[in-house]
Amino acid sequence: MSATVPNIQSQQGVDASWVSRRWRGITSTGFSRFLGILAIVLTVWLVLFGLIFSPPDITQQSSVRIMYIHVPTAWVAYLAFGVTGLSSAMYLFRKKHSLIWDRFAGASAEVGVMFMGLTLVTGALWGRLTWGVYWAWDARLTTTAFLFVTYVGYLAVRRLGGSHHARARRSGVLGLLAVLEIPLVHFSVKLWRSLHQEASVANPSGDVKMDGLMLFSLFVGLIAFSSLYFWLVLHRQRVMYLEDRYEDADLDTALAERRAESTGGSHG
Amino acid sequence: MWQTARLVAAKDLNIEWRSRQVTNQVLPFAGLTLVLFAFALDRDDITARVAPGLFWLATTFSLIVLVQRAFAVETSDGALDTLRVAGVDPAGIYLGKSLALAAQLIVLEALLLLGVIVFYASHIRPAGIVLVIITALLATCGLAFVGTLYGGLAAGAKGRETLLPLLLLPVVAPVLIGATRAFEAAFGTRGGAGIRAGVEISDGWPWVGMLAIFAAVFGAAGVLAFGPLLEEA
Repeated sequence: MSATVPNIQSQQGVDASWVSRRWRGITSTGFSRFLGILAIVLTVWLVLFGLIFSPPDITQQSSVRIMYIHVPTAWVAYLAFGVTGLSSAMYLFRKKHSLIWDRFAGASAEVGVMFMGLTLVTGALWGRLTWGVYWAWDARLTTTAFLFVTYVGYLAVRRLGGSHHARARRSGVLGLLAVLEIPLVHFSVKLWRSLHQEASVANPSGDVKMDGLMLFSLFVGLIAFSSLYFWLVLHRQRVMYLEDRYEDADLDTALAERRAESTGGSHG
Repeated sequence: MWQTARLVAAKDLNIEWRSRQVTNQVLPFAGLTLVLFAFALDRDDITARVAPGLFWLATTFSLIVLVQRAFAVETSDGALDTLRVAGVDPAGIYLGKSLALAAQLIVLEALLLLGVIVFYASHIRPAGIVLVIITALLATCGLAFVGTLYGGLAAGAKGRETLLPLLLLPVVAPVLIGATRAFEAAFGTRGGAGIRAGVEISDGWPWVGMLAIFAAVFGAAGVLAFGPLLEEA
């Protein structure tokens, strides 16, 4: 066991620094603690501005307040899936094939799925209040739902098992395929709706002039949820690292083989 | 690469020819789906109107079964590993398996089309026959490329039977939409009021373009990605 630590460190580069300093199963550093506190403060701020300080909308009344959660969660989910795609590419195309990129991709996808779920739920609630229905076959809505299902599938693939690098490669390919798939889905759904010309739902925020305080609350929401995202991903990534290590410790012989692989020699 | 593709495709079709598993199980399954759709929708005028969609739904469901089968053949005896160890070009394997899958799908679609005409009283407008054929070919290419790619991704993993539909269905949604709309144009079945109201054949061609893009994009992605997927899978 003790021999594995320096080896992992040399393999993971940046990743190992927090391990060497505080390897006791603690996943926080000074920076992530700061980020967490920032997220809490901003969330409290968002609650104050979203629920109390910002005015109700003329037409939507207080249901407009859902927007302060809905828009930031959607934004964070898109950001998260973007990070997943980028990290997948980094894993696959960098020569080192560092697992840290794979874990960032996985952590980001998990957080993204959670936020996308929140987006869908808050959107449905808002739709019920404003449009009278929970769901409309709008292109953007449909694409969002597909995005959600696609990344649920991505997370399922990550749990298929096999070695860490097998998982990383499989999910890396899938992460890139999702980047290909989503524009196609969006394009086809858009074409489908535009040709149908049935209940096409006008986007209400397009023609609503936004009050300054409302815009500010929305902005607070974006920053609050973004910092929450980074905090969650950072910690999740580190927990994943510990999970990987735990699995490795169970399989000492397999580890020896893998080490032989990773240092360039071929086993057998 | 093409040589390998041809050999792999011939091998797959040969296996099918001898085992008759698709002929005896998947074709009846697809036909059964058509009958069950008719039960669920109950009214003749509705089934006639949504026939193109039901056709492509039945094809999509059959695709899942076909992909399972195509990779069950490869993984049961570690055949895929053997191919890899033997240094066979993964792009060739990918194209070969896609080709075999496409051939099976085409046969299935031809029979399903017959079933749709018989059960749902659909008729293809004479001018739409070319549209139907080209749509079917391109959609089949797209389905086969995507099916083989995601089949390879899930191959050999535990729980792939349940995983594959989850991965595959969202991806093939554009094909389902595009091919259905193109078929509607050829059948003349879209429109609000009457069954055969208000859709021109020419409305179908933009969708054909989309199907072509889809097939091209995923074909290229599959050729590139299949190698890394097979390694250490």
